[in-house]
Amino acid sequence: MEGLLPELDVIRKDFPILERVLDNGQSLVYLDSANTSQKPQVVIDTMVDHLERHNANISRAMHQLGAESTEAFEAARDKVTAFIGAPSRDEVIFTKNATESLNLVANTLAWATGDLAIGEGDEVVITEMEHHSNIVPWQMLTQRKGATLTWFGLTDEGRLDLSNIDELINERTKVVSLTWVSNMLGTINPVAEIARRAHEVGAIVVVDASQAVPQLPVDVTASGADLLVFTGHKVVGPTGIGVLWGKRAVLDALPPFHGGGEMIETVRMDVSTYAGIPHKFEAGTPPIVEAIGLGAAVDYLGHIGMEAIHDHEKAITAYALEGLATLPGLTVLGPLDATQRGGAISFELEGVHPHDIAQVLDSRGVAVRAGHHCAKPAHARFGVQSSTRMSSYLYTTPAEIDALVEGLEYTRSYFKLS
Amino acid sequence: MSQDLDALYQEIILDHYKHPHHKGLREPFEAEVHHVNPTCGDEVTLRVHVSDGIVSDVSYDAVGCSISQASTSVMADLVIGKPVAEAMSIHQEFLTLMQGKGTVVPDEDVLEDGIAFAGVAKFPARVKCALLSWMAWKDATTQAGSVEPAPKEI
Repeated sequence: MEGLLPELDVIRKDFPILERVLDNGQSLVYLDSANTSQKPQVVIDTMVDHLERHNANISRAMHQLGAESTEAFEAARDKVTAFIGAPSRDEVIFTKNATESLNLVANTLAWATGDLAIGEGDEVVITEMEHHSNIVPWQMLTQRKGATLTWFGLTDEGRLDLSNIDELINERTKVVSLTWVSNMLGTINPVAEIARRAHEVGAIVVVDASQAVPQLPVDVTASGADLLVFTGHKVVGPTGIGVLWGKRAVLDALPPFHGGGEMIETVRMDVSTYAGIPHKFEAGTPPIVEAIGLGAAVDYLGHIGMEAIHDHEKAITAYALEGLATLPGLTVLGPLDATQRGGAISFELEGVHPHDIAQVLDSRGVAVRAGHHCAKPAHARFGVQSSTRMSSYLYTTPAEIDALVEGLEYTRSYFKLS
Repeated sequence: MSQDLDALYQEIILDHYKHPHHKGLREPFEAEVHHVNPTCGDEVTLRVHVSDGIVSDVSYDAVGCSISQASTSVMADLVIGKPVAEAMSIHQEFLTLMQGKGTVVPDEDVLEDGIAFAGVAKFPARVKCALLSWMAWKDATTQAGSVEPAPKEI
């Protein structure tokens, strides 16, 4: 099969969990990577080594371990900076996850003064395909500030309906926040094109790259984003660590989020002054070993090459779409062209609820996600309550897709669908 | 592998799923509630009609998986026509079964078709599916003013 990673067997050996035999004796077929990715040995080892040999708090310990820990933490920032093509390491802020990154942005915008201030009559534009984490913070912001939330609708094929872009993004628009790759529909959005229009009217562009950074080569400058967020655990890193990248001018103009240690320059009883970026947004002891694990993770992906990983995803996705099309009563939600979408494929199987599908697949060792995937409005747009989602990654094989398709055939027969 | 599945998907459950009893929203009713399972999006709108201390009708409109739909059907069968106090004790019996992690032996005289859900208790992720409409029924019946409000059990 063209496009697959050349040394797929070797890559799979990097991920110990893929050897796992489940309680029912079945081998694991992990097709839930859009939910969270599995971790290669090098990430696990890096984190264990740090905890065993170098553990100390960072930037505040005047001893050898403190220096080692600080160096490892800041080296992780350098690795992430390089991985996403950020112009400066100071623009890379560590958070807890993508959700916290988005809430950091929405909250500090609520407190912002000057050009970034949001008030009555202002508009924030999102899309109908957002994850709840890129909807709710903007609802909270606009409600608090008396601003208006608007959104791009979707076409029947699961793409953004851009026919009214000039109306939606207008001189009242202050923020446009959208996902790069949909976690439910798989759609890859034309972020740069939308960003151009947003910048024409002076709005800032926030990009949720949680599903994009794992799958696509990402250059934050070329993306058109002013602020971009992603989470560590979907890029073969650990949970508990996320990233906010922002243009220096925007980050400098935003007020701090959390107050506390590390984010200050000096503190008096009556008033404090704040550190510059990135520390301004990193109050308190950060998730140190998680950041170091993320550094190892992006190094690992960078070593394999994001172009090659993207090609692999496209090949697997095309093969999966082909296999799913053979099943009677199965409807894929989202674009059907593998070159135009990411590796998350949500579908409906007429006559069987997604929970029941996932249960039958689980009995065969096939792990998928069932539900609304934290995208209820996108499901509502297509008139469905929930869906089943398979999602692949760099370690996914065509044989695993075969196991999914066979599992779905078995599901149909188990529920006596003719 | 299909042994585990068969423990979950008893024939009784699949029958109720395909041919649910008492489905649809009817009048009269004293209380209507809407409950959702936020993790999966399953929803039930449920009405209760109580007269002279008897659960005269339970009517509902629900979307969800086979377990939640079958459980709604079985629940309606079990409580309709019963005095409220007895229906509440059946509710408690079903709750105990579901929260027993597979260790509780169900009493067929009380739970009738409900004993088919004994296997569900071994699948922690599905217990909420089975309980969705039962919790909705208790909420509605309490709102109907026919019982003293009790503290939430799950």
